[in-house]
Amino acid sequence: MKIDARTLGFLILYAALLFGCSETSWNSPYQAEDARENILYNVFSERPKHLDPVQSYSSNEIQFTAQIYQPPLQYHYLKRPFMLIPSTAVKMPSVLYFDHNGNQLLNHTRAEEIAYSIYEISIKPGILYQPHPAFAVNEHGQWLYHKLDEEESLSVNKLSDFLHTGTRELTAADYVYQIKRLAHPNVHSPIYGLMADYIVGLNKYADVLKKARDALQEGEFYLDLDKYVLEGAQVIDRYTYQVKINGKYPQFNYWLAMPFFAPIPREADIFYSQKKLIDKNITLDFYPVGTGPYMLTDDNPNLRMVLERNPNFHDEFYPSEGMPGDKENGLLDDAGKPLPFIDKVIFTREKESIPHWNKFLQGYYDTSGIGSDSFDQAVQLVGQGEAVVTDVMAEQGIRLETAVAVSTYYMGFNMLDPVIGWGDEQSRESARKLRQAISIAVDYEEFISIFANGRGIPAQSPLPPGIPGYRDGKEGVNSVVYDWVDGEPQRKSIEVAKALLAEAGYPNGTDQETGAPLVLYFDVTARSSEDRSRQDWMRKQFEKLNIQLVVRSTDYNRFQDKIRKGNAQIFEWGWHADYPDAENFLFLLHGPQRKVGNNSGNSANNAANYDSAEYNQLFEQMKNMENGPERQQIIDEMIDILRNDAPWLWGYHPKNYGLYHAWYQNIKPNRMSNNNIKYYKIDAALRERQRKEWNEPVLWPLALIILVLGLSFVPAITGFRRRESSTGVRVIS
Amino acid sequence: MLSYIVRRILYAIPILIGVNLVTFALFFVVNTPDDMARMQLGIKYVTPEAIEKWKHDRGYDKPLVFNKAEQNLDQITNTIFFEKSMAMFVFDFGRADDGSDIGQEIKSRMMPSLAIALPVFVLGLMIYITFALLLVFFRATYIDFWGVVLCVALMSISSLFYIIGGQFLISKMWHLVPISGYEGGINAIKFLILPVTIGLIGSAGASTRWYRTIFLEEMGKEYVRTARAKGLSEHIVLFKHVLRNAMTPILTGAVVVIPSLFLGSLLVESFFGIPGLGSYTIDAINSQDFPVVRAMVFLGSVLYIIGLILTDISYTLVDPRIRLA
Repeated sequence: MKIDARTLGFLILYAALLFGCSETSWNSPYQAEDARENILYNVFSERPKHLDPVQSYSSNEIQFTAQIYQPPLQYHYLKRPFMLIPSTAVKMPSVLYFDHNGNQLLNHTRAEEIAYSIYEISIKPGILYQPHPAFAVNEHGQWLYHKLDEEESLSVNKLSDFLHTGTRELTAADYVYQIKRLAHPNVHSPIYGLMADYIVGLNKYADVLKKARDALQEGEFYLDLDKYVLEGAQVIDRYTYQVKINGKYPQFNYWLAMPFFAPIPREADIFYSQKKLIDKNITLDFYPVGTGPYMLTDDNPNLRMVLERNPNFHDEFYPSEGMPGDKENGLLDDAGKPLPFIDKVIFTREKESIPHWNKFLQGYYDTSGIGSDSFDQAVQLVGQGEAVVTDVMAEQGIRLETAVAVSTYYMGFNMLDPVIGWGDEQSRESARKLRQAISIAVDYEEFISIFANGRGIPAQSPLPPGIPGYRDGKEGVNSVVYDWVDGEPQRKSIEVAKALLAEAGYPNGTDQETGAPLVLYFDVTARSSEDRSRQDWMRKQFEKLNIQLVVRSTDYNRFQDKIRKGNAQIFEWGWHADYPDAENFLFLLHGPQRKVGNNSGNSANNAANYDSAEYNQLFEQMKNMENGPERQQIIDEMIDILRNDAPWLWGYHPKNYGLYHAWYQNIKPNRMSNNNIKYYKIDAALRERQRKEWNEPVLWPLALIILVLGLSFVPAITGFRRRESSTGVRVIS
Repeated sequence: MLSYIVRRILYAIPILIGVNLVTFALFFVVNTPDDMARMQLGIKYVTPEAIEKWKHDRGYDKPLVFNKAEQNLDQITNTIFFEKSMAMFVFDFGRADDGSDIGQEIKSRMMPSLAIALPVFVLGLMIYITFALLLVFFRATYIDFWGVVLCVALMSISSLFYIIGGQFLISKMWHLVPISGYEGGINAIKFLILPVTIGLIGSAGASTRWYRTIFLEEMGKEYVRTARAKGLSEHIVLFKHVLRNAMTPILTGAVVVIPSLFLGSLLVESFFGIPGLGSYTIDAINSQDFPVVRAMVFLGSVLYIIGLILTDISYTLVDPRIRLA
């Protein structure tokens, strides 16, 4: 009886806790009072390391910073190809070109004649920062929290512990301040090296700041950047600033759409430079200060990040124009309405894919990607390979949105390798034919089908769709690898590859001079069993040509080291666009940017060490041109050279699949811009109804478990009583 | 006893230096300071100068353990090992490679780890010991037989299976508790029910068998026969005499883990989204964050040593014959 009473007690407590917690379902991970709120529930898997816009670059950081900070430019949400439009800027920056004598040049002056360019950017007046303690002042107009004393700092453990906040208007000086921060000695901006080549005086400015930092007294952390002038970034008036760029750099506009060029108020820098706050991790890396549609109100990167509507954000509206089909898809229903639509965004950290996927199916996350293990459950191919959601998903109202990423995954040949690379004059042609033969033999259509569940398109060149310069259809086909048959590309037969191999001096995969079988080395960073399957598959592709492929697996650090030193022979790598310009892909094969022997001191991304004089010359010409037929022609020439030289197996461009619940609206995947949350909309009432319907607690298993446990005690209790009441003689016997 | 404790603490110092040295060596065999810099700075536009600057700012541009360029003691002290290790002896863990304060992180993550580990430990101890005593009470009967079979079955299943199976059945199919997540305060309960239950089931087999073995060994001793001869009932013999005499081996296994409960569980925290120290350690290893890895290994060693000292002290409490000197 005693046990029964306890069990009952536990049950009552358990039920009380569960029922007490919820008007919502028992398995809801959220607060009951949030059930009908206009909240977007999203996921992050990796802890963001830097939310300081001068440092943050990875996608898991930008998904937050892009909602908070406002660079002067942004991408149009609906238009394709990707198009820059003003964000806080009044209009697109005006660009003026000058020669070495400071004389202004005409817009179409040849790039080599341009000594420097001046970008002038005017921002809209009246834009306010989010409420923040850095702006809080007392009745005398003095900063409340810029010099915290011991007592004040003791009561503060997170930003929300500050009782007072303030705001102020965004000014051009804040943008200039941030450009100066690129050279700040205490932060490590990933683009400092690149920008030091372009922004006039940034290199010297870094030296000046370093000396100034070293001269600071002990315990002093704030370095007043306004004391030091940067030639390349100047405030013209309250709402206008100029950036001075070495030579001509049309791609600079794209950088102006990234958080690196978002404004940082000087007050925030002063506020966050207090040691007492730094010791409590209250820094710009944890607590951003922006003018964007959202502000970070709960920053627990181990568990949950919460963005809430910035009450000071106004005067931005949903786009009124889009692409054909957008209107029919309801993407223009909210045209002209003020942004943002969603009040709060809760990002929950899910490190494992299984809980993430299951919570999405239960309606607790509004969107999900598709892992390879849940692909068949989510997606089916119909008709001519068109991907649609399965019937089960469709019944739940889940829909699929796909978009080809502005990325490319390729297999590179190290052009310094004596067998497969440039070699000398004599061997150059044979090595080229060897690379071409391999390009035909490695069947990327099959690869995409097996290892990417069909989520990708075979690449014809480094350029993915959506990038100006990319050509579709017959014009865009790599004629070295494909034939155009019946209106679509068809991979050349393996016989063509074998013939090329023979011409290269390796008939049937044997070196005709030595008689030795051709052995090639594939450097990879393998981790999972799926990686091993991929390597086996790759070996089989080479076996089609009787080439032995030896896989050299290593960890990522050693792999990078091999690439840097040019010790790899064949390797796999990928690239995701920083901005939608052909230059951002074609520079990956630009000779001066090769990994080995690059003496420019810059970062180098040409991992294949490809160095063609003809290609390099065309690249220099192309990189400073505006998009247009003339540039397209040069890009076509460059791509022809690449296809013929085949320094890469062009691999594939991945296709992103995203699942969205019925209540999640205004979705149009945009892989270039990251500030898209302001356009999204949620039907919270529908979501709550669906959640309740999908998550009714099933109680009979619980009752059954209790019953089984209870029954299992019966023989124990019976046996116990029998033993206890038995005589000593019986026990001994 | 005080002199014993002081002596043990002094013994701990060379052990901790050794642990630090081994961690340091293992870490830097796999990762160079350049690798660490690249991991933090990214690989896209990072320049050699940026890597050097990152290393210089964090003191990773110095020699690892011996500085030939210096004189006398500075040859040892002006090295990465010395600079990064010595401060930990006063529990100054420094900053992670991303700039965050490690001590602050440890403080904020201890409670979530403890929220799972403590109930599993306390409830586990009660349940496993009770179950083991029950099996011993019914030794050589079908209850004992099937109990042991159940224990072996529970031991044979991977803990990952319990986690995924538990999430699938209890959360996904029956909708009784959230699949994963965490909240502070009283709201934590609904998130903890499943991981704690799984933690209890996952360790039930091995622990029960271990306690059963201890109790069976005690059952064969003379004092048990004496107690029975005095006419004491079997449950009094078990719970009053056998349990008390079996406390020394039980404490050996139990007390030593108490301080380490703070460190959390790597797998459970990861799958249930608990922001504890276990997931902190895993993240640090994945991101090659040496200061965090080093701090967590050091903390683990310190807590383990504290656990051992507590174990020794606890012996004196349960067995008056033991004196620490």
